[in-house]
Amino acid sequence: MINEKPKSLLGLKDLTRLEIENILQQATLFKEIFNRPIKKVATLSNKVVVSLFYEPSTRTKASFDLALRMLGAGSLGFTPASSSVTKGETLIDTVKNLESMGVDAIIIRHGMGGAPHLVASNTNIPVVNAGDGFNEHPTQALLDMFTMIEEKGYIEGKKVAIIGDIMHSRVARSNIWGLTKCGAKVIVCGPPSLIPVGIESLGVTVTNNVEEAIEDADFINVLRVQLERQKGSFFPSTREYHREYGITAQRLKKAKSDAIIMHPGPMNRGVEISTEVADGPYNVILEQVRNGVAVRMAVLYMLLMRSKEI
Amino acid sequence: MNSPENLLLKNATVVNPESSQVADVLIQNGKITEVAAHIENSEAHIIDLKGKFIFPGFIDLHVHLREPGQEEKETLATGLAAAVHGGITAVCSMPNTNPITDNEYFIKFLVDKAWEINKAKLYPIGAITKQSKGEEISEIVSMIRAGAMAFSDDGLPLENMLVLRRALQYIQPYNKPIILHCENKHLSLDGSMNEGELSTILGLPGIHRACEEASIAQSIEVAKYFGRIHIAHVSTKGSVEIIRLAKQRGIAVTAETAPHYFALTEKDVNNYNTNAKMNPPLRTEEDRRAIIEGLRDGTLDAIATDHAPHAVDDKNKEFNLAAFGIIGLETSVMVTMQKLVQEEGFPLELIAKICSTNPANILGVHSGHVKAGYVADLTVINKEANWEVKDYQLYSKSKNTPFIGMQGKGKAFMTIVNGKIAWQEKV
Repeated sequence: MINEKPKSLLGLKDLTRLEIENILQQATLFKEIFNRPIKKVATLSNKVVVSLFYEPSTRTKASFDLALRMLGAGSLGFTPASSSVTKGETLIDTVKNLESMGVDAIIIRHGMGGAPHLVASNTNIPVVNAGDGFNEHPTQALLDMFTMIEEKGYIEGKKVAIIGDIMHSRVARSNIWGLTKCGAKVIVCGPPSLIPVGIESLGVTVTNNVEEAIEDADFINVLRVQLERQKGSFFPSTREYHREYGITAQRLKKAKSDAIIMHPGPMNRGVEISTEVADGPYNVILEQVRNGVAVRMAVLYMLLMRSKEI
Repeated sequence: MNSPENLLLKNATVVNPESSQVADVLIQNGKITEVAAHIENSEAHIIDLKGKFIFPGFIDLHVHLREPGQEEKETLATGLAAAVHGGITAVCSMPNTNPITDNEYFIKFLVDKAWEINKAKLYPIGAITKQSKGEEISEIVSMIRAGAMAFSDDGLPLENMLVLRRALQYIQPYNKPIILHCENKHLSLDGSMNEGELSTILGLPGIHRACEEASIAQSIEVAKYFGRIHIAHVSTKGSVEIIRLAKQRGIAVTAETAPHYFALTEKDVNNYNTNAKMNPPLRTEEDRRAIIEGLRDGTLDAIATDHAPHAVDDKNKEFNLAAFGIIGLETSVMVTMQKLVQEEGFPLELIAKICSTNPANILGVHSGHVKAGYVADLTVINKEANWEVKDYQLYSKSKNTPFIGMQGKGKAFMTIVNGKIAWQEKV
């Protein structure tokens, strides 16, 4: 249809298993580029993409920038601190202006759930959610799933433990949507004050016992304790958190010997994960980061090539 | 000869809280002078209302008219016109204007201006505390002398229970209600929708039901010793249960709910619909059922809209940043007729009670019946009229309502205020 909105990636909530698998398949092809002497293709050389980061980010922003460069696309960085946002410009006005200048897609990170949806409904270009409040972080979950497949071959039937602040975690939510759609068994674990109401309805098991959570797990995804989101006392101290929920070498003795340790970063060493584990044998934390570029290349490629066809 | 002050409404069904009957209603000089079968009067202007239903005028206890201070959202003129368009004959305006309506001069401004506008009646609500800060009680008696009909710090909870105690004691001789917005701010924090499965799915900060229920329970225990309270905008099953128990215990408490709490649920927030964002938030189907049963068994006394106009820009933004509140004056009767009468089988007498008689009693005004001697504030309803809510048909300055597009049966046909036709359906 001519007037149909271009596809956006707002969350894994909205995708089918097939759509997820197609992205991961595409990412495999892009990862191959990493091994080439010239890490670049010219696929999107006629495109310019703007990244709007309303929240600070190292990994995700750099990863999207690299992905765009490797695809040959132009990228336009933008931080609210040095923009008209400080003059009170609304999100909708900001993105409409950028669209009017001719950017081909918008990557957005925002502190509030639903902000990328608002952008998508007010523009006619693809929107990629790079993390919105504690709603979703779809590319993170895709790169997590990509890494899982690299490590163990497939996701169907695997047990994934997600440990930590589930309530404020967009990474947890996107992982839950993606993993359950692809047939994984997901168990979430954290202090009861950080388990959101009704999370079971997303098809996961809940426990407050970290040993129980990691037992038999094929993957242990350790979430960052988001100290900046802790309004009100969800737990008394990082010390007690580490004692009760931290992933340590001692605790890992209860897990499978080949259980894979994952973390979306940035890590609080000594809080949710001990340094020994973070740098230990089965951690794939840096591989996750590397895969992030391939996955984001796949997402951008698929959204922008598709919109060209319309 | 046919003086417009004298009306003879013929052949309609007259609905009172006790009973209904087909009868004629004679209105002279703004008052109902006779209700009987086959009245003859050559002086009066005769209107045939065969097939229609005459209710005592609907009173909306909870409305934000935004004047003074936010005239871009609503004015007294547009709000009072919207009221009669929706079949509401009188509205209580909340004092969270800018500046706050916390003294006799602002009350007088509202009373005088509403008189000039001459649409729906205005029963102004004054602030309980100065600047609605919750610290010192405002000049309540001076405001009553100027025309204030109730007191509230709505928009904000009155958190200091000592201030509530003093206000309840101080107001006792005047029999005017203290209306409480019950919300424990520590519990609600920066929430923006009901805390539950859907807030987890949408990744939005939740407002737990406990924040409303804890505050209601606390206020009721104070009211038990010091006076009468009216609970605004009840939204949860737990609140209904607390109020039901309080009434059984003989505590002087009344309560209202809004059409959106018995018509909608949190599901209407899906896809970040900011026109379904209000405080308290839309809850679950279980709560919706409990609200309906609360209205049916008398636990909830009144339907009040919490009409809260907001400009497009206040709503067309990030969900967390969007303003709380929806308009309701023009959809209240429609939604009530569809949801409570059509779907739930509420008798019309009960509708008269919760939309007119009970609110009148809560305010202490002599209305709420279609009987000789009562003021001729009347809401005439066409029970069979099909409708669809369309934004361009709304008289309100703002269009922020999730009911746009909703269809149903039963709506206002004519609104009579002080014996004069303030609005009628074009036929």
